[in-house]
Amino acid sequence: MFLKAFLRLIRKNYLFTAGCLICLFWILAAILAPVIAPYDPIAQDLAVKLNPPSAAHFFGTDNFGRDIFSRVIYGGRYSLLAGVVTVVCVTIIGSIYGAIAGYVGGVVDDVMMRLSEVILSFPQLILAMCINAALGSNLFNTIIALIVVAWPGYARLMRSVVISVKENQYIEAAEALGASKFRIMFREIFPNSISSVLIMATTDLGNQILLFSTLSFLGLGSAPPTPEWGMMVSDGVSYFNKFWVAGFPGLAIFTMAVGANFIGDGLRDILDPKLRKQVG
Amino acid sequence: MIREETARPDFLEAPEPEKNILLKADDIRVTFRGKDRKTTVKAVDGVSLSIHKGEILGIVGESGCGKSTLGRAILNLIPLTGGKVYFEGQDLSTLSKKEMKDMRKKMQIIFQDPSASLNPRRTVEQILFEPYIIHGYKDKNYIRKDILRLLELVGLAEYHLSRYSYELSGGQKQRIGIARALALKPELIICDEAVSALDVSVQAQVLNLLMDLKKELGLTYLFISHNLNVIYQISDRVGVMYLGRLVELGPYKSLYEEPAHPYTEALLSAIPQIHEENRRERIHLQGEVPSPINPPSGCHFHTRCPHTCEVCSMDVPPWRKVGDRHFAACYWNPKSNEHII
Repeated sequence: MFLKAFLRLIRKNYLFTAGCLICLFWILAAILAPVIAPYDPIAQDLAVKLNPPSAAHFFGTDNFGRDIFSRVIYGGRYSLLAGVVTVVCVTIIGSIYGAIAGYVGGVVDDVMMRLSEVILSFPQLILAMCINAALGSNLFNTIIALIVVAWPGYARLMRSVVISVKENQYIEAAEALGASKFRIMFREIFPNSISSVLIMATTDLGNQILLFSTLSFLGLGSAPPTPEWGMMVSDGVSYFNKFWVAGFPGLAIFTMAVGANFIGDGLRDILDPKLRKQVG
Repeated sequence: MIREETARPDFLEAPEPEKNILLKADDIRVTFRGKDRKTTVKAVDGVSLSIHKGEILGIVGESGCGKSTLGRAILNLIPLTGGKVYFEGQDLSTLSKKEMKDMRKKMQIIFQDPSASLNPRRTVEQILFEPYIIHGYKDKNYIRKDILRLLELVGLAEYHLSRYSYELSGGQKQRIGIARALALKPELIICDEAVSALDVSVQAQVLNLLMDLKKELGLTYLFISHNLNVIYQISDRVGVMYLGRLVELGPYKSLYEEPAHPYTEALLSAIPQIHEENRRERIHLQGEVPSPINPPSGCHFHTRCPHTCEVCSMDVPPWRKVGDRHFAACYWNPKSNEHII
């Protein structure tokens, strides 16, 4: 029954469908990379360096003669992994932190929120760079840096939603029935608050991929010769008259970010139970 | 000088067998702190009353007079600043967490807004399962059977179980709220404006349902409402609240026919009546309800009272017996039209 309503919704919600298709495309491409990619992504062939797109190299080649099409396909593995892992971790950490602060309130809330504001007071990118530089730059540390930078935003959103949700009478009804604080938190408040955070997470997936790419672009993400979208754009800027070098990985980042945003928008409609009724 | 502590309506009542008293509130106070943590609002300012087994005690008052807060304080949903609540002679403040949880089975609440009191993400079935799960019932078949019994009691059918609350009408939602309150077989139910959010026709249905349930299950109600007609229809005794204090308490008939407190009189004169012969002379009170942050001295009502005199602004009026089980906290005697000091 739910699946049916869901399918009907997808048909009505074109943006959501488009977002799903775009993301599915990139995920499949990343998984099936060894099958799809015609070349080894790190194999150099200086004889064909900086060739424009052709039948042999769909997206052309870079300054080392590496096939950009293969690199873009493989690159999805890193960018998507970094984006998804970051967003999942941040959603879990931020929503639990924010829910506790919002539900308990008082001094606990004050202290917890001031702590999170310490992180918010730094520019995101600069802080991520510092953390990354301090820990050493590799994929894992970059993800850590992204998580540290991003969770306070989620916590703040969750806190504000929880504060409004906990005023509802069904919370009081649960108290009157004798439900424990833990139960009220996870059975009554959490399910009614989490949807805004989930929407933020999907919308933010694009941002995180961008931020990850930015860090790579600045030379702080994964180390060369790893095929990573941000780093490929970074390599490409030295050859700005050869548009394909930076253009195709840039296009990959762009479509992925847009796709994730579409899903976020669509999810907002789906997760609103009232709207679900009207459409279904 | 008579202080309020020395005179509470309960102590004036004819001694009754203790076992008939289901719940006793003894001088309960609830104070809220303002945003700046300096100003305090005395939402409930020393209310004493007792609810007898099987009776319906109605509480009326304007919005903001503290009647809902009183209901929540009695249920221990908000902490008391002072005073004690006794349920079947047991002081609720001395109970441990676990004992309080067991105590919750015996007293339940029905809320004003039926849509806000049901979790929008859960089906009716999940909502009704909740009380059983919280109190450790394991047998799913038993719970299901009991839920079907509840649904029948409140006039709903099995197919409603799979619905979400937003798929139900206001009256149906309120019935779910009632069913949830009944699940643990309580003795006392606090109806906090339980019918105020409903259409008049649905209001009558729900009131009838509440009356039927009372007869069938031997329930006791504390019925909080601002609607004087509803209170008149349903209550055995009525308490009138003004600015956090109880000002008059008595059987509904004598309170409605011979109000002893000028505030009650003014409230009753405001009830719209269709028949001219039933209409009372409309008493227009002067001014606004004073702020509970800074209530008037002495009798809270003296700033608006048509019968005020010097002493009213100095001392809190003591409780005075004005009829059979009928008490008023007022210096003015409506019968002789003079002040009793």
